[in-house]
Order: sequence, then structure tokens, then C-alpha cells
Amino acid sequence: MAQAHFTETPFVRKKQRAEVIAKCFFGGMAAAMVIPLLLIVGYIVVQGAPSLSWEFLTTNPRLGGIRGGIWSALVGTLYIVAISLCVSAPIGVLSAVYLNEYAKDNWFTRIVNLAVVNLAGVPSIVHGLFGLGAFVYAAGMGKSILSASLTLAIMTLPVIIASTKEALSAVPVSFREACWNVGASRWQTIRHIVLPNSISGILTGVILQVSRTAGETAPIMLTGVATFKMVQGTGLFLYNPVEDQCMALSMHLYYIATQANNAAPSLPYAIATVLLGVVLVVNATAIGVRAYLRSRKKW
Amino acid sequence: MIRKMHLSKGTGAGALLAAGSLLLTGCGGKNDGENKQAVANIGSDTMVNLAIAWADAYSKVDPTVSVEVNGGGSGQGVAALINDSCEIANCSRQFEEKELADFTAKHPGKEPKELMVGYDALSVFVHKDNPMTEISIEELQQMYSNNGKIAKWSDLGVSNIPGAKGDEIILVSRQNNSGTYHYFREAIVGKSNEMRLGTVDMNGSKDVVDLISKTPNAIGYSGMGYATPGVKHLKVSMKKGGSAVEPTIATTLDKTYPIARPMFMYTAGEPSPTIKKYLDWIISDAGQKIVAETGYVPLPK
Amino acid sequence: MQTSVTNQRSPAPGRAAATRMKQRRGRLAMLGERAIEALIHLCGYSAIIFVFGIFFFVFREGAPFLAKLKPGEFLFSIDWFPTSQTNAKYGVGALIVGTLSVTGLAMVIAVPFGLGAAVFVSEFCTGKTKETLKVVIELLAAIPSVVWGFIGLTVMAPIIIKTFHVPIGVNMFNGALLLALMSVPIMVSIGEDALKAVPDSFREAGIAMGATRWQLIWRVLLPAAKNGLLAAALLGVARAIGETMAVLMATGHSVRIPHSIFDPVRTLTATIAAELGETSKGSDHYQVLFLIGILLFSITFVVNLTADLIVKGIKQK
Repeated sequence: MAQAHFTETPFVRKKQRAEVIAKCFFGGMAAAMVIPLLLIVGYIVVQGAPSLSWEFLTTNPRLGGIRGGIWSALVGTLYIVAISLCVSAPIGVLSAVYLNEYAKDNWFTRIVNLAVVNLAGVPSIVHGLFGLGAFVYAAGMGKSILSASLTLAIMTLPVIIASTKEALSAVPVSFREACWNVGASRWQTIRHIVLPNSISGILTGVILQVSRTAGETAPIMLTGVATFKMVQGTGLFLYNPVEDQCMALSMHLYYIATQANNAAPSLPYAIATVLLGVVLVVNATAIGVRAYLRSRKKW
Repeated sequence: MIRKMHLSKGTGAGALLAAGSLLLTGCGGKNDGENKQAVANIGSDTMVNLAIAWADAYSKVDPTVSVEVNGGGSGQGVAALINDSCEIANCSRQFEEKELADFTAKHPGKEPKELMVGYDALSVFVHKDNPMTEISIEELQQMYSNNGKIAKWSDLGVSNIPGAKGDEIILVSRQNNSGTYHYFREAIVGKSNEMRLGTVDMNGSKDVVDLISKTPNAIGYSGMGYATPGVKHLKVSMKKGGSAVEPTIATTLDKTYPIARPMFMYTAGEPSPTIKKYLDWIISDAGQKIVAETGYVPLPK
Repeated sequence: MQTSVTNQRSPAPGRAAATRMKQRRGRLAMLGERAIEALIHLCGYSAIIFVFGIFFFVFREGAPFLAKLKPGEFLFSIDWFPTSQTNAKYGVGALIVGTLSVTGLAMVIAVPFGLGAAVFVSEFCTGKTKETLKVVIELLAAIPSVVWGFIGLTVMAPIIIKTFHVPIGVNMFNGALLLALMSVPIMVSIGEDALKAVPDSFREAGIAMGATRWQLIWRVLLPAAKNGLLAAALLGVARAIGETMAVLMATGHSVRIPHSIFDPVRTLTATIAAELGETSKGSDHYQVLFLIGILLFSITFVVNLTADLIVKGIKQK
């Protein structure tokens, strides 16, 4: 077989050069987004290192947070994350089930979808105002962990809805048809076939919701997080979620960075490191879970 | 398919279990245990560091009492006292008439009981390299009031600030409902004037000092205790050319330093024995030592 | 792109089989199923309920002030003296300008970079590189806004003073840079979707005609994905307008009409965050802050709606 010979005409060379330039140009743009992430994370960790230790994580803050560790803030964040997850996960998943399995393709469904999009787009501080007006005052819950958690639950609902919906719609229709054909009802189909097969998407949504809740500051600042709160003991049961306000990691960073006097210079960086660590690890878990479950998919 | 269903049943149960245990951790967390008496202490941001230091130290003096401190501003402390959501309100000002009326309406026959617990002197800070050493109240008024005439460092006769970019004065202030802002406005700008628009309004006393230490062009005010090596305080005189006074404990106490104010703690009527004990401890030597340590001015002996 | 399941009804199962099933399942199970389906419907409507709830409760707190409000003064005056003892004025003109200018500058930075990165991910990367890049961009989106604000306040402010020889480091440029970095991830992911939706035949046709990569991207891909990219940019705008903590900490928080991109400014969101904590419930100032919330809600509502309509438009094509 005769081998084809390409002669490198100026036109071809020009084309190849353009190709390289284009790649570098757009690659540079992507790099401009990625490099700051690495630089920032690196800088924060290096600056925060002097304050970081196991003790820092497990002791309660003292003297308004400038001494001691961050345990009660960590626990506060955990409470808020757990409660808001308990509320938003079931509502979010069922809402996605409705949108994907029950809703007909009509104007009403479009409005529901629009509402989800807008719920995601409402500024976080407006969610805070809503939480203050609805939960703290109108429902009489006062500024408490419960108010803050409910506010965040509503705010992060779209995260779970979007992710679950995507997973549900990825389950092939033939699965459902097979199930209907053996006489299963619609709910049985969803319960035994659709939901188990979309567990990866649901889990991803849930994990992303956790990361979002853990990092959020503005809404909980108005609805139930104190700048400093003294607690006794270092167990997990530091707060009463219905009555108490709590400390939270994100708010603690804001407070220490802007208001606390005489704090060690590395302290805010250390808190930022922990907060970044929590959020990034949670997100990486989500990505890992998604990749693992996707690789096990058989269709 | 059938195998898949079985598998998924297991997963579903596992997920349910996980959710259940989360619910337990989330909602079962009640802080019972020993019966400590909690005292809610809410109010002024100026005083919040001090109040926290007191609460922290007092937990060793009387371990049966736990004082819970929250900032938010003097107004919030007063509101909390009126609504019975705190036992002690921290105030870097006295009750306003409207607040007093609200209080008596809610608590007939009672009066807010006032206790002076120390003083807060506001220092005027500039960047550490700024050659300026003193400033007058007049000049501050011209800088900070809305119709004031001083906007450039050259207007103050200051030039060659090392590291400064241009001649503009960056006026640093606080958000418009903090107690510190209110006091500064009243003491410098006057009640009938407005604060200048376009000041850089920071959210905390420490923020102000931080910004000034990074900004050679800036000037701002904050509690005396917030000084850091990156900034220096100016001596303050009433009129330009008058004798300028350094902000110190002595000048605050003898009232020669013009921008200082007392700090108060309020209770609704006579305090309960536990709270009275706490307040007595605050104005005792042990409590007042903490005032000096945190950068405020203790009561005269 | 998505196929709605409900459009394709399953063929009705055999009648006899159905009756058998029904007999086997108890009454209770039927009832339980009804209850669950009712719950699913309720949850399905929840998003609508919450959006109206947000509007209602925020509006309810702010509404009493409407009687005293002069809309012209509220929207266009720059006199923001909410705590004046003699003559309180509530003009949010400067705050609106602040929000718009920070957002605008952020978009000037973010749109080219975001869409450029989207083109890179979609057109130049394959396999591992593509996955890695997407993961990194996803992580970029996860960094909490308070951390961004902290970075702006402590790291970028001194750098900006030194590099640009300006008097103050917390300013519009600082805030816009942070907002740009924060809104890029959403642009990349939506933009990449839009580019993916362009049929490969377009690319093949372009290459067959002898187009270079540049020509292919400029003349074929960008025009074809125009609407999707526009929606990506709009979602970035909505994200930037609504951001609170980063702008609160990094823009300098100063009520003024900026004259250069290095002037400090103040945004609507930051004003609520900074001032609401200390205003007493029911006061004029408190109510005005809630009205600002309604203003923000409306702005982002319109922006999101537009973006959504554009996306829907693409899907229907």
C-alpha cells in the first residue's frame, strides 16, 4: 500500500500554528481560573499552619474566640448541617420525583420548574431576611439553630432537586416499562426501581447540599448564629437546637477576621483552612461517589 | 433485575438508618447535665470583648453560673432587656427616652437599673508611617461632617506620607448603627449635622485598625484598646493649636481627653442575687483588672 | 435533552394481571400509597410555595414603610442617612450603582475567562484532562463566600495598593475580582453544556471546509451556541448580584458614586448584612432594609427568568 505523503505547505503550517495558539489561548483562560484556586488554598494553609493542631479542633474557644480552639463552632456547623439535611433531603428528593415521574408536560410544571430555578437564584441574604421574618418572628422560633437550619434547608433545596432530577431522568424508560408490565404500581416502580437506580445522583445532591450549608454565612447570621457563645463540655451535645443559638465555622471566621481583637495572626487562616478543608473534602467525596457509582452502571 | 431489586432494598434500608441516626444526633442534642444557671448578656459590640473576658474569668470564680455573651450593638441589648430575652444588657450609651418609655410600658413599676462598669476612650488612628502627631476636634469635624471642607491631606498641612498614593484622605468609619459610630458622630459631627457620605464603613473595631494599618492614606477612629503596631494614635485637642491630649487611662479619668464615654450594664429592676453577685464582682478589683487588660479604662478607685 | 418519562405512557398491563395484583395488596398498602403520592405532589409544589413564601414574608416586614416611601427618592437619591437623628433619609441610589458597577466589572472580567475556559474544556480537552479540569472548577465553586471575602480583605487589598498605586485596597476592583472568580464556575458548566449541544456535524463541516480552530470557534461554534452562552453569562450575573459576604468584606463598604474602578463602593446585599443586626424590629430603618431585600429579589428574579427562558428556547429548538 502506498504511503500517503503530506507536503508541509505554508498553509498547513499556518493552520498548525493557529491550532497551537488557540489551544494556548483558551488553555490560558482555563488556567487563570484554576491557578488562583491552588494559590489561595496553598497560601491559606501555609499561613494557618502555626495555629493548627488536634487540640485546636477539639477544644472550645475561649476569650471571645481568640484563645482555645474551634470545637463548639464545628459542632454548631454540624448541628445546622444535620438538621437542614433532615428537612431538605426528603422534600428535595420527593419534589424531584414529582417533577420527573408525575408532572405532566404543561404550563403548571413549567412554573414549578421556574420556581426551582428562582429559588436557587434568590440571593442568600434575602433567604436570611425570609428566615428572620418567617421562622424567627412569624413562627415564634426566635433566633435559634432550628430557624437557621430551616432557612438553609429551603435555600439549598434546589441543589438536591436538580441533582436528583438529573439522576432520575437518566434511568432508562424501559426499566419503568418493564416494571409496569408486571403490574407494579407507579409508586412501587419508583420505590423499587427508579430510586435505587438513581442513588448516585441523589447522594451527590445530598453531599453538595452539605458542603453548601457548611459554608454559608449571611442567612444564618440573621437567623440563629451567635458571634460567640460559651458552652460547657466538649461532647457532641452542646446545644439545644430548638432554643439555643450556636456558633458556626463560617461565622466564626467572619468574626475573628473582622472583629476579634488581639487574635494571633494565624488564627483566621487556621479557621479558614478548617472551613475550606471541610467543604473541599465533602465536595471531593461527592465527586468520588459519583465517579464510583457511575463506573458500576451497567447501561 | 430481581437481584438488583434485592440489592437496592438493602441500600435503601441503610440509607434510612443513616438518616435516622442523623436525626437522632440532630434533634436529641439537649444540654442537660448539671443544673447551671445561665445568664444571658447581650449588647454593645464595643463591650463584647470585655464582657466575654469577664464571663470567661467568672466561670472560674463561680462555676455554677454560665454567662452567655452576645454582641449585636447597644440597641440590641436594650431591645433584649425590654423583651425579657436577656438578664444583663451591655450599653455603650445610656437609655434613650423612647427606649425608656418602651421599657416602662412592658415592665410597669420597674426601672432599668444602671451600673457604670468602665470607660471607653476612642483613639484617632493613622498609619504608623504618617508624620502627623496631633489633630483637633475642629479638623475632625471638617473631615467627617457632610458639609466639611477637609478632604485632602494637604488641607491638614500633611505631605509626604511614606507609601501614600495621592493626596486623598481615606476616612474610615463604622457601620451606621454601631454604638461607636453613634458616639463619634455625636461627639465630633454634632447632632444636627450628618456624617459625610463616602466614608469607608467597617463592621468591627478591629476592622478599622486593620484597614488603617494597610492603607497609608487612611484615618479612622476605634477603641483605645484596639491599637496595634501598624497604627499610631493621635493626640487630640479641642481647637487647632490648643493643647493636645494623649489618650490614656489618666486623661480619660480626669476628663481632659475629649472623646471618651462611660460603659454601662443594665438590668430590669433590681437584679437577682446571682446576677448581683456577678455585677459586684465586675466592679471589684478583680473585675476592673480585666477592664485594663482588655484595653479599656477602669473605674477610678 | 431530558426525556420526560410521563410522556410515554406504558402500555396498560393486562387487566387480569392487574386485578390479581390489587387483590394481593392489602387495603392499607393502597392507602399508604395514596398518602405517599399526595406527599410527593405536595413536595413537588413546595418550590412554588417557598418562592411565594419568601416574597410574602420579606414583603410583610417591609410593607408598613411603603406608605411613607417616595419611590423616586428611594431609588435615585444617593442620601443614605438611615440613623440620622434629625432627618433620616433612605436613598439607595448609590447602593444600586454600587451593586451594578461591581457586578458589571466582575462580568467584564468573568465573561471572557469563563466562556474561554468553557471553550477550552469542551473543544480542546479530552479524557482525563477534561475530567480533572471539571473537578477543579467544581471545587472552585465550592469555596465559601466568607473565605473569598477574607482573601480579599487580607491578601488582595495590600497587593492592589502596591500594584495599582491607589489609596485604598478594599474597593470595587477587589470585590469584582472575587465575584468574577466566584461566578466563573457556573459559566463554565452552563457554557460547556451549550457548546456540547452544538451538533458535531457543524464542526465536521467546518473542518472539511479547511477552517482553522480559531475560525471554527469564532465563526461556527460561538454563533451556534450563542443563546446558551448568553444564559451562562446571565446566571453568572445573578450569582454576582446576590453575593453578600465577599462584597461586604472586600468592596470597602462606602456609600458613594464611584469615579474609578479603584473607589470603594457599597452594595445592596452588604448593606442589609451590615445594618440589619442592630436595627430594632419594626423601625423605619428595619423596614427599609426589607424593602431592599424585595428589590434584590425582583432583580434576581428577572435575571433568572430571562436566563431560563433563553435556555428553554434552546431546548425547544
